[in-house]
Amino acid sequence: MYIEVKNASKRYKVGGKDVVVLDNVSLDIEKGEFVCLLGPSGCGKSTLLNVLAGFEKLESGSVRIDGAEVVSPSPKRITIFQNYGLLPWRNVLKNVELGLESRKLEKDQKRKIAQKYIDLVGLTGLEKQHPRRLSGGQQQRVSIARGLAVQPEIIFMDEPFGALDAITRMKLQDDILKISRGENKTIIFVTHDIEEAAFLADRIVVMMANPGRIKSIVKVPLGDHRDRTSEDFLYVRDKIFELFNLKADSYIEYYI
Amino acid sequence: MIRKLSPIKNCVISVALVILAWQILFQVSDYEAALFPSPKMAFDALVEMFKNGTLLEHIKTSMYRFLVGYLSAVAVAVVLGLILGRLPKVFQYINPAVQLLRPISPTAWMPFIVLLFGIGDMPAIVIIFIAAFFPVLLSTVSAVGNVDPIYLKVSQNYGITQPALTWKVIFPAAFPQIANGIHLALGTAWIFLVAGEMVGAQSGLGYAIIDARNNIRADILLATILVIGVIGILLDGILRLIEKQIFKAWGGEN
Repeated sequence: MYIEVKNASKRYKVGGKDVVVLDNVSLDIEKGEFVCLLGPSGCGKSTLLNVLAGFEKLESGSVRIDGAEVVSPSPKRITIFQNYGLLPWRNVLKNVELGLESRKLEKDQKRKIAQKYIDLVGLTGLEKQHPRRLSGGQQQRVSIARGLAVQPEIIFMDEPFGALDAITRMKLQDDILKISRGENKTIIFVTHDIEEAAFLADRIVVMMANPGRIKSIVKVPLGDHRDRTSEDFLYVRDKIFELFNLKADSYIEYYI
Repeated sequence: MIRKLSPIKNCVISVALVILAWQILFQVSDYEAALFPSPKMAFDALVEMFKNGTLLEHIKTSMYRFLVGYLSAVAVAVVLGLILGRLPKVFQYINPAVQLLRPISPTAWMPFIVLLFGIGDMPAIVIIFIAAFFPVLLSTVSAVGNVDPIYLKVSQNYGITQPALTWKVIFPAAFPQIANGIHLALGTAWIFLVAGEMVGAQSGLGYAIIDARNNIRADILLATILVIGVIGILLDGILRLIEKQIFKAWGGEN
């Protein structure tokens, strides 16, 4: 298996009390899969992502990627953060070039690679702009371009569209779906938005809190081209609503 | 245009008010004119100093000492601050000593400094260095501590290691707060230049004041004070302009 999480456990101390954020979590992910970690706050989905990315350590259990234990972050596995993490003193082009600077590349080459991914995320013409001049959606596009530019094998996304308005969010979802299929990356995507998960994922890992654990894993049998209004999509979405016990039992006649 | 002119108008009115008050005091007071001269006399003294070349000579000497002391203090304090800011465990042992030294007026060191360095450029430079060093050091350390952790996470993710981490990420991220300290230190350093030259030098603007007192030339004394004030304002203005340019390159508005 490409990514293997085995019996992962982790606790935090919150106000003197132990909170189990990950309780014996095991999960396998295949290369090229788009997996959404879905659940309410406190279910450990972000912690699991941070552990996979190498930012946090487990208390017990193991995380292996491509056979090797994860001990630290690596440019092979890029994380996209909710608040973008762009360097405000650099313009768009320089931000996208950031990850290329530790490589032995000619100046023109760096520029060419950066330009390619700026074009890919649809920001052509904004190269010289500074991040604070851009909208939230555009800033997240810059951060996606910066991530793709170093050609990582895996992209971790930690509620990347959580701070965006609904329309912008849907646009970015469309684009990330296209990019993930086109660039053939493995993507692990944390969200608490059920529709977002159903729209993007090959598999949805449904998580629960107290203690943080995996409740079930749902395969999404939708193709590469997804439609938010199609019957199939609504069916998948409903299934997940049911898992969270969020679907009202059909007593609607009662109120008529 | 009107907006740009109104501060100049305010300045002119403000200065005119000071001169007017000065003139009135001169008229009503019983002091001898040699002890409390009129604005006109001070202005004549200024022209005299300018014409015989002493003024420019003093300004040149003072500016040299100021720039050497101030710039070296900023450079050392920023570099040291960038290092200590990343080593909070080390800084917790250094901070108490810094806090002990910081409130001591740099002039208190004066006799000691004169004993060690003699009379000349050095005492003034050392005093300015001490005056500028602590505000810049402390603001740099705290600025580095306040750098948003996400920048460090991103750097780690993209494999940016030292020394690139410091000059590509930490320094620019901390720069706005460091600039605050650098600006604050400018005013303090300029104030202590005069103090340093009054005791430890035979030239410069501070010395010119002592010299004027010794010759009972209150007109020259006041003229020198005015020059010190004007240069202080100019230095502040120049630094403001430099800051503006840097922040522009930084992509910010203010």
